[in-house]
Amino acid sequence: MGEILFGGNGRKDDLSYEGVRVVDPTEGIDETLNLTVEAGVITKIEPGTGGDGRIVAPAFVDPHVHLRTPGREDEEDIATGTKAAAAGGYCAILAMPNTEPAVDSAAVLGALVERAKDEAEIPVGFLAAISKGQEGAELTEMVELAERGAAGFTDDGRPVASPGLLRRALQYHSVTGRRIAVHCEEATLSRGGHIHEGLVSAELGFGGYPSVAESVMVGRDLMLAAYENQPIHVLHLSARESVDELRSARSAGVQASGEVTPHHLCLTDEAVRTLDPNVKMNPPLRAEEDRQALLEALKDGTIEAIATDHAPHARHEKDVPFEEAPFGVTGLETAFSVLHTRLVEPGVLSLAALIDRLAAGPARIYGLERPRIAVGAPANLVVLDLERTWRVEESGFRSRSPNSWLIGQTLKGKVVETVANGKLAYSA
Amino acid sequence: MAEVTPLIRDELLPPRGPGRRHLISIRDLTKEDVERLLALARTFSASLDREVKKLPALKGRTVVNMFFESSTRTSSSFELAAKRLSADVMSIKASGSAVDKGESLRDTALTIGAYDPDVIVLRHPHIGAPQVIADATTAHVVNAGDGTHQHPTQALLDLYTIDEELGGIAGLHVAIVGDVLHSRVARSDIQALVLMGARVTVVGPPPLIPRGIEAMGCEVSHDIETIRDADVVYVLRMQKERMLEGANYVPSLREYTARWGVTPERLRPGQKVMHPGPMNRGVEIDPVVADAADALIERQVRSGLVVRMAVLYDLLTHGPVEVKVAEIEEVA
Repeated sequence: MGEILFGGNGRKDDLSYEGVRVVDPTEGIDETLNLTVEAGVITKIEPGTGGDGRIVAPAFVDPHVHLRTPGREDEEDIATGTKAAAAGGYCAILAMPNTEPAVDSAAVLGALVERAKDEAEIPVGFLAAISKGQEGAELTEMVELAERGAAGFTDDGRPVASPGLLRRALQYHSVTGRRIAVHCEEATLSRGGHIHEGLVSAELGFGGYPSVAESVMVGRDLMLAAYENQPIHVLHLSARESVDELRSARSAGVQASGEVTPHHLCLTDEAVRTLDPNVKMNPPLRAEEDRQALLEALKDGTIEAIATDHAPHARHEKDVPFEEAPFGVTGLETAFSVLHTRLVEPGVLSLAALIDRLAAGPARIYGLERPRIAVGAPANLVVLDLERTWRVEESGFRSRSPNSWLIGQTLKGKVVETVANGKLAYSA
Repeated sequence: MAEVTPLIRDELLPPRGPGRRHLISIRDLTKEDVERLLALARTFSASLDREVKKLPALKGRTVVNMFFESSTRTSSSFELAAKRLSADVMSIKASGSAVDKGESLRDTALTIGAYDPDVIVLRHPHIGAPQVIADATTAHVVNAGDGTHQHPTQALLDLYTIDEELGGIAGLHVAIVGDVLHSRVARSDIQALVLMGARVTVVGPPPLIPRGIEAMGCEVSHDIETIRDADVVYVLRMQKERMLEGANYVPSLREYTARWGVTPERLRPGQKVMHPGPMNRGVEIDPVVADAADALIERQVRSGLVVRMAVLYDLLTHGPVEVKVAEIEEVA
């Protein structure tokens, strides 16, 4: 049904990389090569020698970004969000529809698509809502939305509370060929919860948001997808029990996929002891056993994609007591670096697996063209300097909002260049 | 597979100026800190019996009380404590202040911070509020209750009361009864009592006992009969707002009182009874128990004054300091 990524077009650059280590796990490449890009297309891949420590890999795809447009352009807009994405090594991102108003009609989506064509630094796609106003009552006009370019459907930000409605959505959306993605949260279990229910919430006195609030919904949604024999994508997994549900559904043949965020891979609820509002997000940071389960699932492919859930918030909204602060943290500009620092450097995750889960995995889930290093492919490349250390500074973000949990930290490994759809979109 | 250490609090803590101390949580204190504060409180207690009760110890210092939640005993206790030490005291309440006009806590803190107060005492309905004050000002911050998180001076005055009444804390068995889930007092008291070597059992209906609370070093019981074993029975306030229809923590106050109310029949003679106030007589505590000779409830209020004097003095004199009774008598 036509195009689902918009903007970031225009220039098609000529570029060449001599003697670089090229890593494309999906193409089975890890060797020193010379790459030539002409008019935005990879035209030559030849044996090279030497190497200056730089790595060229397929650029990343972020399947879960909040661009806050329309409605909260003071927090992020298409231009700033896609510039931040380019700096993070992304050649495409998908934006969530929980905006003001929600992306629940062809009119709202159409306006976004037109803005993206003018403003986006890299190609951007838009998920549309499952239900009108994301209120969980009436289905959106999914066919028209898909024709207008919706990349998929989700009520992200809130769950589809009614199993009956989700079932109808799974049935009806199949004619569009686009993916349904679910935010799994049983609200009667998470209500009043600010952090993971566990030892830290007991000690600090926070209302708990238990793992079971997520996993009971993951289980329900996977059962519905199995019953309807439809694919389903589970957003931002956080709990061990949810991972177990996803793994068993996949092994039973359900077309289910999952994503995980950098913060859930790197932090546990122990970080909440700082009471820093920049470690408050939904779903919340969970226990070490949950983090280990997420890592295991990422490694064995049960979880195919890393998604930032980049959620910008105005500074004054986060500069409040933890309990009053909204959920959400940014992540586009730090995802690769923090995962390289925290997981690849200590030997927990291979560089190849990280690249696959950042690039091919998310593209596969939403049926996007996979960024790849092959003659004739459009140039979607990221250049990485794994030795470069840098300090995350509040003033250094291209994103309009500074609510990163990494401010002040030193990371090892940096994106130094991003080529998106043939255009050099970022150069450090 | 190589071990990977998750990021923990130290790496995320905001940078702090050297030497500036706060009292936000009992976790900020060591056993030695507590012993020092209790000794200091005993010293100040002696001063209360004199005709002129004011000490010049904090003359020229400024203490700001910011109370964003209704409070009688804590706010009056802090105010009097600061005045007894000759500090200049300013009190700000949420109602009638810029908070009413929608000013953020951070902006209020910056405004107050412009006067360079030495100590800001904060009572606030939300967890994490003291951190906002600590980040936005250069004052020492004393947490006088932040949401359901902590109320450290209450725990210190409870320790002081128990110590005075029973001649020590280590080895005692304290039962904390009631709505532990929503109680900042319970959390601070569990930490403080465990730190000082007491045995603590929390008692109440399962929905009001936080999952995982045992990790704080206490035992858990859902049976009210357990309190009979304790040396001290600490009764928590049953907050009526938690009992709104549909909250379903307990089916009704009536059933709560019948099952978990502290009545004369459930106590044995000689057991001490404490309550942080304000009490709901006839709900969590029987009026006969509240007024009995073994109730230490008024005693707690009096302890509050000297303990808060000790906390203010200690923060501003950059303890740990050796407390000499004679020295304070002298300046007096």
